[in-house]
Amino acid sequence: MTLTADRPARTVTPNRPRRGGRQGRETLLLMLPALVPVLVFSVGPLLYGIFLAFTDARSGRNAVTSFVGLSNFGDLLADGDFWASFRIGMIWAVSVTVLQFLASLGLALLLNQDLRFRGFARVLAVVPWAMPPVVIGLMWRLVYHPDAGILNGMLGTEIDWLNDFSVALPAVIVVGIWTGMPQTTVVLLAGLQSVPKELYEAVEVDGAGVWRKFWNITLPQLRPVIVAITSLDFVWNINQFGLVYVLTQGGPGGQTRLPMLFAYEEAFRYGFFGYAATLGVAIVIVVLAVLGVYLWRQMREAS
Amino acid sequence: MGKALRYLALAGYVVFLAFPLLWLLSTALKTPQEMASLHPTWIPRAPTLTNFADAFGEQDLVGSGLRSLVVAVATAVLTVVLALPAAYALARYRSMINRIALGWVLVSQVFPFILIIIPLFMVLRRLELSNTLPGLTLVHVTFVLPFALWMLQGYVRAVPRELEEAAAVDGAGRVRSLLSVVAPLLAPGVVATLLFAFISSWNEFLFALIVLKDPDVATLPLTLVKFTGAEGVVRLGPLAAASLLATVPSLVFFAVIQRRLRSGLMAGAVKG
Repeated sequence: MTLTADRPARTVTPNRPRRGGRQGRETLLLMLPALVPVLVFSVGPLLYGIFLAFTDARSGRNAVTSFVGLSNFGDLLADGDFWASFRIGMIWAVSVTVLQFLASLGLALLLNQDLRFRGFARVLAVVPWAMPPVVIGLMWRLVYHPDAGILNGMLGTEIDWLNDFSVALPAVIVVGIWTGMPQTTVVLLAGLQSVPKELYEAVEVDGAGVWRKFWNITLPQLRPVIVAITSLDFVWNINQFGLVYVLTQGGPGGQTRLPMLFAYEEAFRYGFFGYAATLGVAIVIVVLAVLGVYLWRQMREAS
Repeated sequence: MGKALRYLALAGYVVFLAFPLLWLLSTALKTPQEMASLHPTWIPRAPTLTNFADAFGEQDLVGSGLRSLVVAVATAVLTVVLALPAAYALARYRSMINRIALGWVLVSQVFPFILIIIPLFMVLRRLELSNTLPGLTLVHVTFVLPFALWMLQGYVRAVPRELEEAAAVDGAGRVRSLLSVVAPLLAPGVVATLLFAFISSWNEFLFALIVLKDPDVATLPLTLVKFTGAEGVVRLGPLAAASLLATVPSLVFFAVIQRRLRSGLMAGAVKG
């Protein structure tokens, strides 16, 4: 593997981009094993799923599916249960994303400093990420349990947290934050560590304090990371299912029925495949609209 | 911010993070009698391991654990085998396909599962793969693949191109140079990706819920939910014990590869 002086170096350059079809063919060949399952089990179903939104597909084996145009969308817009679930979904996704981001940013700033025990705190930070979401849901049910739960034990209250109309959604939001915080923190921490130290040193000469350093350097430098992680968190949160399914199954009285729980019930409890797909398409449209506006504003502010 | 205040904040965070876990542990060690008493306490008065034994008696933990293990191992191996060549191509060549593939990784994050799972469910049913572990494995592989691809191509990129070129100069063929030069350097990345895929599959609940309707093929997450009972009768002790047991594999794996997985996670997330 040594390159000696008298040997003509790099007569063979196997991986340099080359003109002609060979590279393209090689790439395709290498991509094929991954491409085929993704096309067959992911892209294909996705496109078919979008198509289903315009049909009256039912779950029965012999159901004849016919094209119904936009009538599912009309039904959806007229469906009070959908709007209730949509409202809950937005409250959930926005509050989890924002609160989680603020908490994670604070934590990341903390962990980025020379504090004792921060190694321990960092390790602990990954625990929720490694836990099965089902276990997280069950664990919090134990915490929130009206009789045997520690929350009532500590507060001296007798609240049935997950079955009380007024506190169920906030209680579930707390679990969402708890679950997602580690990942957000880790990403923000990585972002913080990539901020060049010289920038801080430069303004320290000018006598800049902690706050000015934060506002003038940390935050602007962190902006791309912040935009990426909050966008992703929002998308993940609006598509959340398992955690809340295990916690409340959407109860009490639909107070925590996130859009995906609604869609799951429509599809797999009542068998309305077409209608559930319509809801999926509607959520995509909303997500793209929200993200579009958010990303556009961020880009304009940055420039 | 004063130093004391910072430690206070750190402590607050550790408490927020740790208290549900400690409560899970505490619940798992309590006797039914103590659980029934009205004032919950942190420290069990008479710690017992019977909940763990009861957990095995009440639900098919062993069977469903084994099924989860089979699906997770198959998912991990298949994912890496399928993704590795593609990751290599992504990292080393620039082409249209690359841009489309990376685009898909991002796009696939935006779409709600429901749009994919309904057609997938119909396909699996037609292939007579619904209610089977191979069917679930297939679904898991497809959903882990994009992110695994992303992780792996990052690791390939980290291997200097010059090493391969040097090997080629020394007369090694493409395959030789891949196997003897690139593969060893890539091994840690492959391990991290394997474990990422394993844990994703081990933890996965929703697709299992939809694909595996038959109780005889239930994976561990499905079995865990059964502890909450159909009629609202919840046996808290065994539930806590089983939950702890289900977390052990993830935690062990995580402890082993913690640092590596984190850098992979960061690379993926930050570059996204």
